Amino acid sequence: MTKHSDLKKVAGGGLLDRRTFVKKGLVFSVAVFNAESLNATTESSRSTWMEMPGESFSNYGQPSEHEREVIRWTMANSMAAGNGVSWTPLHKMEGTITPNGLHFERHHNGVPKIDPKKHQLLIHGAVNHPLVFDMEALLRYPMTSRLTFIECGGNSNAGWRDKPIQTVAGYFHGMASCSEWTGIPLSLLLNEAQLKGPAKWIIAEGADASMMNISLPLEKAMDDCLLAIYQNGERIRPENGYPLRLIVPGWEGVVNIKWLRRLHLTNRPSMTRNETAKYTELLPSGKARQFSFVMEAKSIITHPSYGQKLDGSGVYQISGLAWSGRGKIIKVEVSADGGDTWAEAELQEPVLSKCFTRFRMPWSWEGQAAILKSRAIDETGYIQPERQTLITERGKHGYFHYNAIVSWGVSEQGEMAHVYHG
Amino acid sequence: MSIMVNYCRLKRFLFFNKRIRLLPILFLFTVISACHSTHEKIVPRLGIPASQELIQQWNTDVFSNGEGLPAGQGTAIAGETIYQKYCLSCHGLDGTGDSADELAGAEHSLTDNPPDKIMGQYWPYATTLFDFTRRAMPLNSPGILSNNELYAVTAYLLYLNGIIKQDSIMNAENLAAIKMSNRHGFIDVYHRDRK
Repeated sequence: MTKHSDLKKVAGGGLLDRRTFVKKGLVFSVAVFNAESLNATTESSRSTWMEMPGESFSNYGQPSEHEREVIRWTMANSMAAGNGVSWTPLHKMEGTITPNGLHFERHHNGVPKIDPKKHQLLIHGAVNHPLVFDMEALLRYPMTSRLTFIECGGNSNAGWRDKPIQTVAGYFHGMASCSEWTGIPLSLLLNEAQLKGPAKWIIAEGADASMMNISLPLEKAMDDCLLAIYQNGERIRPENGYPLRLIVPGWEGVVNIKWLRRLHLTNRPSMTRNETAKYTELLPSGKARQFSFVMEAKSIITHPSYGQKLDGSGVYQISGLAWSGRGKIIKVEVSADGGDTWAEAELQEPVLSKCFTRFRMPWSWEGQAAILKSRAIDETGYIQPERQTLITERGKHGYFHYNAIVSWGVSEQGEMAHVYHG
Repeated sequence: MSIMVNYCRLKRFLFFNKRIRLLPILFLFTVISACHSTHEKIVPRLGIPASQELIQQWNTDVFSNGEGLPAGQGTAIAGETIYQKYCLSCHGLDGTGDSADELAGAEHSLTDNPPDKIMGQYWPYATTLFDFTRRAMPLNSPGILSNNELYAVTAYLLYLNGIIKQDSIMNAENLAAIKMSNRHGFIDVYHRDRK
């Protein structure tokens, strides 16, 4: 076994070469690790669950009963149970895919119970052939799949507050999830309806009680939007838009209209409530950013993060997620000394455009106070900003599109806190 | 697929029949292009023509110039009663907010700390207020208000924000004619960044 003192440091605070994982058979310390229980003697060579037949089959599998805490935290309007959000527990997950039951939710007035036999999609406006499709028809169209994240424009908004919120990473940044979405390229149906000259925008509407609607530039609709029917291989869950959802890769969640029922081709936006009063960012000048669709590059260390505790000095794996609405993540840098020095993390392949990217970095912690940070860089060269940089540019009252670097403070006792630093 | 087969036959014909080997390459190029685009467009074309009735029934989109606003009218006087019945329990007395957003009574400007982003001060168009109320409100029974009631409650909220008088009649024309103070307060960053 390699001695920790022999490990190659690549930056301050004990960051190790990202290739160390592969080269050397490191033994990692793990938070919430109980060494004694592993050494407990047993009377039999079999564990109790090896002494009897196991459970039978199940029609739809559920997580282990020991994973009951891996759930979405929810918050709703006190007067309207269906107006609120739920968060993906990013701090309890690994890899890049969000299980369907843990995908974040933002509903404006509840989850409609849609009978797919009665659901229709209407395409009208600046088209030569206004068309209606039912789900049976849509299921016969050529489909394609893509892995992409959806992030609410309001994700991470606690970052604008004057004091750093002390809560788990999922509750802070978990209005972001990543799935394989399968469906029909929107351009196929728009071509079938035949666009007319004036078409420059497309107004999409959902079949929920709030008749959610937003306006999208047509070039995005023709570029990579999907009419999704499947999520991670199964039909989309009701809370994520069953039976039909508009997927707008890389753009804020609100434009990914759930329960999609209507597409209106127009020469201008409708100026709906959710593209004027909300999902716009007021700047210090008094002007507001509008149609700020793209979710800029963001990253967050999920392990270790707030609520976890380092169990003594040793080598730890720093692990986190990065994503960009503009394309691929090309690099994630990690700092263990509050940003004085940075080192490049390992990106887990495949690295896909507009998709969660998992990064990892070995770290030798010797019991010192530390500040962990990560910053994402995407293929456009955009670098995730420090919080102060973002606030200087945007002020503190924009509410939406907070994507600053997240800093986790580590105490000498190994406790984690959310801190503002830089 | 049949076009692809024909294309292969055609290619053999053009290249292996010496008598016409020099026939136009341009023609071949046309065929290849046709094959390519045909390949992209293999869709079942199952869309059913939408009737004007269906479109009219479903299309409730409203635009800032008033397009899409229905017939009907109302004043703030009538709107106050509707507000008290359907809106007050969540939006508070005189629109000052409760479990739901405040709708009137701004105390801070958009450049203050904190700013008041409420309707009278932040929303760029009055038409949006009618549209959103018709779509989504009241939360426990959306769609319950008639067009006259919608115009009336819209008028009441505009009146509370000091934008119109209590007896001003709101209808499609008058609502679209209102110039909200923050009409030019927004920067279209999508189109700005594409330039």
